[in-house]
Amino acid sequence: MRYERPQTIEDATALMAGAEANAFVLAGGTDLLVRMQSDAFEADLIVDIKAISGFDAITQTEDGFVIGAAVPSAALSEDAALVAAWPGVVEAANLIGSTQIQGRCTIVGNLCNASPAADSVPALVAADARAQIAGPAGTREVAIADVPTGPGKVSLSKGEIIEAVLLPKPEPRTADAYLRFIPRTEMDIAVVGAAVNLSLGDDGTISAARVALGAVAPKVLLVEEAAEALIGSNLDEAALEALAVACSNASNPIDDKRGTVEYRKEVAGVLARRAAQTAYARAGEN
Amino acid sequence: MPAIAVSTTINDDTVEFLCQPDETLLDVLRNRLGLMGAKEGCGTGDCGACSAIVDGRVVCSCLVLGAEAEGRTIETIEGMANGNELHPLQRKFIEHAALQCGICTPGFLMAAKALLEVNPDPTETEIRFWLAGNLCRCTGYDKIVRAVQDAAAEMRGETA
Repeated sequence: MRYERPQTIEDATALMAGAEANAFVLAGGTDLLVRMQSDAFEADLIVDIKAISGFDAITQTEDGFVIGAAVPSAALSEDAALVAAWPGVVEAANLIGSTQIQGRCTIVGNLCNASPAADSVPALVAADARAQIAGPAGTREVAIADVPTGPGKVSLSKGEIIEAVLLPKPEPRTADAYLRFIPRTEMDIAVVGAAVNLSLGDDGTISAARVALGAVAPKVLLVEEAAEALIGSNLDEAALEALAVACSNASNPIDDKRGTVEYRKEVAGVLARRAAQTAYARAGEN
Repeated sequence: MPAIAVSTTINDDTVEFLCQPDETLLDVLRNRLGLMGAKEGCGTGDCGACSAIVDGRVVCSCLVLGAEAEGRTIETIEGMANGNELHPLQRKFIEHAALQCGICTPGFLMAAKALLEVNPDPTETEIRFWLAGNLCRCTGYDKIVRAVQDAAAEMRGETA
């Protein structure tokens, strides 16, 4: 196995593109190094991207925020402007693992690990975030929801590396929230995760919304019917019930030791309701 | 596999070592540098017994490659005491009997040290959540939490 620490993204993508087989990007390593302990795992090349300029930075721009691929999750909650703008994204990222894991794990890694239960991914989808991807053919941007294609699988081509997550600048009176259910107090894999991002109009009604669910399908779900249930409402009981029903109906989960299909579908609706109430309260304060 | 030459700072000392590309920082500390305080409990980032502080953040050294240490600043349990003078956390762990077998103790101490550096006056809940990545199968955690609270109070200049 070879370990490389390129100084530029061009060198990093060239290394990944030129690798014969089993090449992996290393940022926080909290998934990769665990996989490396497995006898079945083989790596020929590891490309550590942490020395690339800007990859460890959160940058505020006119368009929003650029979160570099090597920024540890713990750093998200230390950025006051990011917390104010996207509290749901930050609370989702901060649910990943222990303090020790938070010091290393990244949201790009959470995305590329492509677990259906990834905590930060529904929040990023609800926030309408995009992934900035560098590759041998240049740079492109895709919606976060288009990166995972199924459990453990992503849409990146050979040689491509996600450089950063791009979060938009939120509209006035906009806020997001993320909730997950686990059967213990912390440090577990989501049974269901629900993210809601909504904006309020001048009259206090919801003018825009995005609702995303995790752990209830092979990949993250953006539930448009759930968003439609919220838009135009003041988050009254009828809107909340329509939201919950839309989320339960959209869910297509598996049965496993964490929960049955029936249970997950029910919890998806309950969590979406509560996340919507939190986002609504936060948006009113903005 | 060709070995990688790494230059880093551990407990304020410049340290140079050679390691294999797939060797973890934990293995480097224990097997190459003789720093045996960090323990391998699980090797997969679940137990926290290998906790070390890298560039100010507490991490599981079993989930860091030795090669990644290049140019970084690393703190391990061996650097916690000042000569023969124990760190307040170490002293309070002894006073409160916050350890039995001791395997988890270096990890708890490093994680607690990192907590008190960012939050000198944590609540019991904050301590318990911060230390949730450190597993102890002996003490039941209460004595550990009380030791951290007591050490924090002393470090804030409050008499216990």
